[in-house]
Amino acid sequence: MPSIISVANLSKTYASGFKALDNINLEINRGEIFALLGPNGAGKTTLISIICGIANPSRGQVSVDGHDIITSYRAARSRIGLVPQELHTDAFESVWATVSFSRGLFGKPKNPAHIEKVLKDLSLWDKKDAKIVTLSGGMKRRVMIAKALSHEPQILFLDEPTAGVDVELRKGMWEVVRTLRASGVTIILTTHYIEEAEEMADRIGVINKGEIVLVEDKATLMQKLGKKRLKLHLQNRIDAIPAALAAYNLELSDEGCELTYDYDTNGERTGITSLLSDLRNSGIRFSDLDTVKSSLEDIFVSLVRAS
Amino acid sequence: MNFRAVRAIYLFEMARTWRTLLQSIVSPVVSTSLYFVVFGAAIGSRITQIEGVSYGTFIVPGLVMLSVLTQSIANASFGIYFPKFVGTIYELLSAPISYFEIVLGYVGAAATKSIILGLIILATAGLFVPLHIHHPWWMLTFLVLTAVTFSLFGFIIGIWADGFEKLQMIPMLVVTPLTFLGGSFYSVNMLPSGWRTITLLNPVVYLISGFRWSFYETADVSLGVSVGITLMFLAICMIVVWWIFKTGYRLKN
Repeated sequence: MPSIISVANLSKTYASGFKALDNINLEINRGEIFALLGPNGAGKTTLISIICGIANPSRGQVSVDGHDIITSYRAARSRIGLVPQELHTDAFESVWATVSFSRGLFGKPKNPAHIEKVLKDLSLWDKKDAKIVTLSGGMKRRVMIAKALSHEPQILFLDEPTAGVDVELRKGMWEVVRTLRASGVTIILTTHYIEEAEEMADRIGVINKGEIVLVEDKATLMQKLGKKRLKLHLQNRIDAIPAALAAYNLELSDEGCELTYDYDTNGERTGITSLLSDLRNSGIRFSDLDTVKSSLEDIFVSLVRAS
Repeated sequence: MNFRAVRAIYLFEMARTWRTLLQSIVSPVVSTSLYFVVFGAAIGSRITQIEGVSYGTFIVPGLVMLSVLTQSIANASFGIYFPKFVGTIYELLSAPISYFEIVLGYVGAAATKSIILGLIILATAGLFVPLHIHHPWWMLTFLVLTAVTFSLFGFIIGIWADGFEKLQMIPMLVVTPLTFLGGSFYSVNMLPSGWRTITLLNPVVYLISGFRWSFYETADVSLGVSVGITLMFLAICMIVVWWIFKTGYRLKN
């Protein structure tokens, strides 16, 4: 799939000397949903800010649909819509006025039909004449999305789009994002909600301390790094794990009634058969067992720790 | 050239004027009327004429300039500071719009407001004193030049300011005193020679002098010097604005 955004050797060092990005190389494919994950201060927002023109890079190049963000900034920026993390709005403007302003700012001719469609898609139509100051947090977030979509961008950046949004509204936004992707818009989202990335992304990028730790297809990532967890509910409480079972790196619950064993599904041997045999030999019996697949969150945490 | 973006910024800023009509137009007009009452009526009754013009009439160009200067700075500085303050500046910086177009939108709107205000104050002055403008085109030239120059200056202050205190500091502590000491209410020629020399270091003197010349053909300095100094200040402001956008000073980091 051809890339729509290409980031090469990008670094950013602030005047304070803090290195926010360190030699980032990244390709975003046309039409995909790319989730950028990373802990606070990892460099997610800095990366987005540079691509969108809000911050200057210290080194490196970025091109958007083949247009350099510095030398062909008009062509590059006209393709991008940005929904920033914070709720930055003109409090005393009406929804209609602020969304129309955004369209004008991007050099597009007036198109009331398009603005109407965007507002209706985001369930904001009945609030079109309301001043933004009167809207709820979730509605303000949708206004930000409406502003970003007002000029019909090919690429949409969503920086923490569902931060502080209730579950119902979050799911509504996921639906909006899916619809946008279906219409051909490339979406790059940063999020703290791992389930959001797990639910929506085609590919995942993990950034930590200004460096890209990993970029991988979500399904491949889950398969490659996915581990399963076996939980054994013991018939009788034990105080400690017998020495004979030390090789399995088992975890004993605080109450002494549950043993946990992590195993690799892709490994040649899972070790489950021998574990169960050694448990029997050690006189430990269990009443029930279940297995749990590791989530993207587990993968993310282990990657960040490793980096 | 992204004309639609310039238009969007311009209309957005002008819309704010109509929303805040009392603060933007009515308040300066009331203040200026009070100046006429205090200076024109109270002091004017004791000073008969300055350079062949009645005192009340003499102060009109200075009062118009006082409002145009302060309102140009206030409008432009607030216009660009507010998006910085509330965070909506992100949209401006991420839009396909050049620095020149951003300045054109904001400074154009600020200057338009000031010019409208200047003309309203002039009309208000006509209610108090008889007015005759000898060189209306020069008057308009000075009005536009001053509004644009000080709107640019205000734009710089708005970028530089990182709090409301700084936003107010330069207009209150520098511009207003310079305007009062720049011959708004007197002729510089009335001052003792030492003070006159010091006063001539004040750039506002040249603006007011040139503007007053367009009304009454009397000036503290020659017309050429007035135009030259105004253009020089305009050029300095343009260079500073260019540098701000080139480096991203207080905008992009």
